Amino acid sequence: MEKDAFLETILERLESAEALEGIQTASEELRDALKIDHVAYHWVDAGGDQFGCGTYSQEWQDRYQEQQYLRIDPVIIGCYQRFHPVDWKRLDWSSKAARQFLAEAMEYGIGNQGFSVPIRGPNGQFALFTSNHTCSDEDWAEFTDKNRRSLILVAHYFNEKALELEPDRAPDANQALSPREIDAMTLLAMGYSRAQVADTLSISEHTLRVYIESARFKLGALNTTHAVARAMARGLIVV
Amino acid sequence: MLRYLYADQLKNFPKLRDSMFRDRTDQFHNRLGWDVSVDENGFETDEYDTENPLYVIWEMPDGTHGGSMRFLPTTGKVMVNDHFAHVMGGGAVVSPLIWECTRFCLKQGALAQVAAALMLAGGEIMQGLGIVQFVGVFDARMVRIYRMTGASPEVLGSVGEGRDQISVGLWDFTPQAKEQVMRKCGITAQQSRAWFDAAFGHAADNTNAALKAIA
Repeated sequence: MEKDAFLETILERLESAEALEGIQTASEELRDALKIDHVAYHWVDAGGDQFGCGTYSQEWQDRYQEQQYLRIDPVIIGCYQRFHPVDWKRLDWSSKAARQFLAEAMEYGIGNQGFSVPIRGPNGQFALFTSNHTCSDEDWAEFTDKNRRSLILVAHYFNEKALELEPDRAPDANQALSPREIDAMTLLAMGYSRAQVADTLSISEHTLRVYIESARFKLGALNTTHAVARAMARGLIVV
Repeated sequence: MLRYLYADQLKNFPKLRDSMFRDRTDQFHNRLGWDVSVDENGFETDEYDTENPLYVIWEMPDGTHGGSMRFLPTTGKVMVNDHFAHVMGGGAVVSPLIWECTRFCLKQGALAQVAAALMLAGGEIMQGLGIVQFVGVFDARMVRIYRMTGASPEVLGSVGEGRDQISVGLWDFTPQAKEQVMRKCGITAQQSRAWFDAAFGHAADNTNAALKAIA
């Protein structure tokens, strides 16, 4: 619970950030809150331009650029054009180049465990959000099992912010809460249980879950309570 | 066997790919009479096939298509938001944890086991990739077939009448449904997991193996 509160604060600050430095700060805070070695956000657009931030050392970022590791990095190769999150253990590290790359990355302080979330943005934009740590396979499995969904959401929130800071970006109409999402959030804010909300809206709890899930994402929240608080703070629901 | 393939991987399985798009023509154009486009090769495709979706395909012993479905995350371009928003009460469903499942197709004469195997794959995706829910577009006439598999969609709403009725609904894969689906298709949990791992990489410690190899 305490960690969730940390994460919420980080997301609040990320959302109000007005420059790319805000994403950098959020990545550092997130690493500390998650108690892992690194958090990295890496953007590649259709033209091949890159932008990265996170807690990897400057030396490693420079080395990566200079050696054009984008071409051999199994994490990039395994995630590009995909939309499912990937544990580094499931990637193909069998080539000599990939092995040398991994060994070198570790010399630069990158951990042996990684979990990367690929994100497909508009117009061929691609981004990758990675959590990285040094630990045993068992500990890592426990970490990813516990945090998988939050990490997927946070990955997208980082990317939303990066996109928002792009010049001339048109607002995304899809991000407005739908009428049913507003209904669901309003009733939850009034203290109704999920069963009561479903009953009141004459929908099943499964269906309700879709509206809550979608509203949570549009509101940039990690859980339902956080989503309700944000909807109220933004004046999207009135109780 | 079950294969999980992104569109850009289909080129490695031409027989499977071609028979899938032909079976889609047979199901959606010929049998269900949907207003879909069929090209000169007899392939039914739409704009979502160009979004590099993930296909789950039941491959027959001869390498041809036995059944399939197509997934895309609702954070991108999806059919439910582009064409069926009114069925969902207006507005878009958007979350990286909700994927859209469309073009659920069975080769004519396919056994109920094939449909059940695809349901099982849906369960593997939810469990293995952290997905919370699938929202799907399907023909109301297929619901009876889905029900036979032990996992059927909950209809949220429909458009059109009679033959032209197309529904939007939720696919859920509970652990109880998984048991039932596994019994229906006669596939063990280990086998199902092995196919999933073959597609998404083995959980075996590849990174440690790589490090050992250079040590």
